[in-house]
Amino acid sequence: MFKKVEISCDEATTICDKNQYGEATLLDKIKLSIHFLRCKICSLYSKQNTFLTKVYSKKARTDQTHKATLCMSDEEKEKIRKEFEKHSA
Amino acid sequence: MDEPTAVVHKLDPNKWIDNYSDYLFNYAIVRVNNHDLAKDLVQETFFAGLKSAKNFEGKSTERTWLISILKRKIIDHYRKINSKKGQAEVRMNFYADGDNEGSWLEERVPQSWDNEAEKQIENKELHSQIEECIDHLPEKYAMVFRMKTIQEFDTEDICKELDITPSNLWVIIHRARTQLRKCLEENWFNN
Repeated sequence: MFKKVEISCDEATTICDKNQYGEATLLDKIKLSIHFLRCKICSLYSKQNTFLTKVYSKKARTDQTHKATLCMSDEEKEKIRKEFEKHSA
Repeated sequence: MDEPTAVVHKLDPNKWIDNYSDYLFNYAIVRVNNHDLAKDLVQETFFAGLKSAKNFEGKSTERTWLISILKRKIIDHYRKINSKKGQAEVRMNFYADGDNEGSWLEERVPQSWDNEAEKQIENKELHSQIEECIDHLPEKYAMVFRMKTIQEFDTEDICKELDITPSNLWVIIHRARTQLRKCLEENWFNN
């Protein structure tokens, strides 16, 4: 029975990454907790991962405020317009 | 339910650039995160639209129709970067086979960080370092990671838009995140 819940570090960190988006299943999380009991490295990975998720999320908030104003310049649109007219002619 | 007086939409290509270039550009840039590439995709969308205008049946609005063309262009782009031969593959972090299969490679084992602290979360320089590390990822990994983590798209939507499976997506996210962690460890936390 125990064999079934034993996972490798690669699998454990995959679940851990999935869990950062709240998308790990209950079984995934159980497997992960069992893995942590015997693996200090993955526990450290997990702790740092949680911290990185907070930074990424903060960065996402900041980026989105900037992105709202992103668009093509008038020159770029004019260039497309010229090309477009050639195509439609 | 069919309405007897359903509206038949018409195309007016002469107004496309004025009416839709910003909308299409925004749609593209949040997915590809590259100004010039987004601009090219918008241009290609207009050209392709013009070419297939005769096939437009008027069932959707002009804008919806143009977006569907742009979506195709984005999938095409993703397939191109996905199949690109010789592109910098993401570095392995785990043994791929043998007795140690799935265990951390010795030189990739996570180290404790010197300056991990709550107050760093808002640090602009850390944010720029993250940007730089994302740019060092193979383009495919960067694109999926950004869509999921920075643009916060649903897994289902990303899979649909890029025509990949969820397990595909999680492998990509996992590789991107382990790679980014390592890059930030070397260039920021233990620098």
